[in-house]
Amino acid sequence: MSAVLEVSGLRAGYGRVPILGGIGLAVEANSFVGILGHNGMGKSTLLRSLMGYLPATGGKVSFQGKDITNLSTTARAKAGLGYVPQGREIFPALSVMDNLRMGCLLAKGEEARVIEDILEDFPRLRRLLDRPGGALSGGEQQLLALARCLCASPSLILLDEPTEGIQPSIIEEMAETLHTLRRRRPFAMLLVEQKLSFIQACAERILILQKGMITGEIPPESIGDANVIAEFSGMA
Amino acid sequence: MDLTGLLAFNVLSGIATFVLITLGLGVIYGMMRIINLAHGEFMMLGAYTTVSAVGAGVNIWIAMLVLPPLVVGLVGLVLERALIRFLYGRMMDMMLATWGVSLGLIGISSTIYGNVVRGVTAPLGGFNIGRYGASLYSFVIILVAIACLVGLYALLRLTKFGLILRAAMQNPRMAAALGISPSIVYMATFTLGAALAGLAGGVLAPISGISPNMGAAYIANAFITVLGGGPAIIAGTGIASVIFGAINQIVSFVANPVLGTVSLLVFAVIMIRILPQGITGRFFRNSL
Repeated sequence: MSAVLEVSGLRAGYGRVPILGGIGLAVEANSFVGILGHNGMGKSTLLRSLMGYLPATGGKVSFQGKDITNLSTTARAKAGLGYVPQGREIFPALSVMDNLRMGCLLAKGEEARVIEDILEDFPRLRRLLDRPGGALSGGEQQLLALARCLCASPSLILLDEPTEGIQPSIIEEMAETLHTLRRRRPFAMLLVEQKLSFIQACAERILILQKGMITGEIPPESIGDANVIAEFSGMA
Repeated sequence: MDLTGLLAFNVLSGIATFVLITLGLGVIYGMMRIINLAHGEFMMLGAYTTVSAVGAGVNIWIAMLVLPPLVVGLVGLVLERALIRFLYGRMMDMMLATWGVSLGLIGISSTIYGNVVRGVTAPLGGFNIGRYGASLYSFVIILVAIACLVGLYALLRLTKFGLILRAAMQNPRMAAALGISPSIVYMATFTLGAALAGLAGGVLAPISGISPNMGAAYIANAFITVLGGGPAIIAGTGIASVIFGAINQIVSFVANPVLGTVSLLVFAVIMIRILPQGITGRFFRNSL
């Protein structure tokens, strides 16, 4: 299998404060990779840097074989990188429908068709279409952010702590939806999380992020074993 | 009765004038949070475009309604690319820079046109409201103001461009992650605001004394209306223009224009004290 995303020696930070101290990882095409880490370990910084919000101060990022280390956020999105940020970042004054239409800007198909398809997968959004995005609950916003991202059919989705402050029923729904979706149309995902259960439910590989470095990988055969994961991530 | 009719007509055209002088500033401030101190000079450029075009024998309607937004929009576009875009997010620097642009434009137009007041003859004649005469041209101002409000609403609400604009203004970083280039959106917005200011200058040219310093006469009212209107550009501009335009015209009519301006300022100060976020910061919050 070829890697859709390859990161080597990636360094980034805010101003003079370094956060990422040389990240190396690869995401195979159509695979779901989880990164487990506590608050402040650099999870969101990693995704922001991969999306081009933070300039890399060192290292290299390749996406589908192309060097994207110095590309703008816009160019990365056009290349097929999708982003569901922490805090969802729904456009609060736009309706749910308009939020989805924004997601369709890079879609290959016709807008109405793409939205109809995505609503099949996110039925909960259908009755909310006319509501302003800012009036949705946290969980509904999270589903909307994911749906908005999926409209463009990205080949890799960067998903940042989707379970933060979300009711458990929606967390389960999200994990199921992701699995249903990939069966129909393959895509890869890089998920950063601190919630074990969600990362177990979604990811095939789990990497551990500590102090801006990937410090280990949980053996695939142990992914179902909470004790092993807790041991690896120092979360016990 | 005749007097009431005349007053009502004057109030309407006063409101329309407020809408025209404010909308370009409202678009730039409301969507980009840029305090464009060159707004008055954009209007001045629009007015001079009309003067020059009429002088060159261009049809007056084209000289007022078509050329000024094109010319000033182009000036706005060049300025945005050459200067403004380097200063986004730096409010003070932006104010200084646009103030510099304003001084520069005044200097350039003084050099070209001289420091004299010019005029353009208004097309259309007058008509009578009972015993009083009124200018038919005021109808043009009212119609253009309505067309601007409706057109801008349609642009923002009904077009894909408007959707992108609204999204990028709410969250430029997220818009970038969906494939929008915020830089292009800012460029388009600034150009649109400049073009609206140019149109205002062109339409108001026949009823203004056109001189390099004419912008100063408009900028204060425009800023008061933008701040009074609050975050919703169209509803805010519309409502604030109705209030301020009416106060200004009625007091001017009853007393004199100086008192009209004074009462407008006093009212604006009190209103902004009570509603610091502007009218649409408190009411009609979900409007555009």
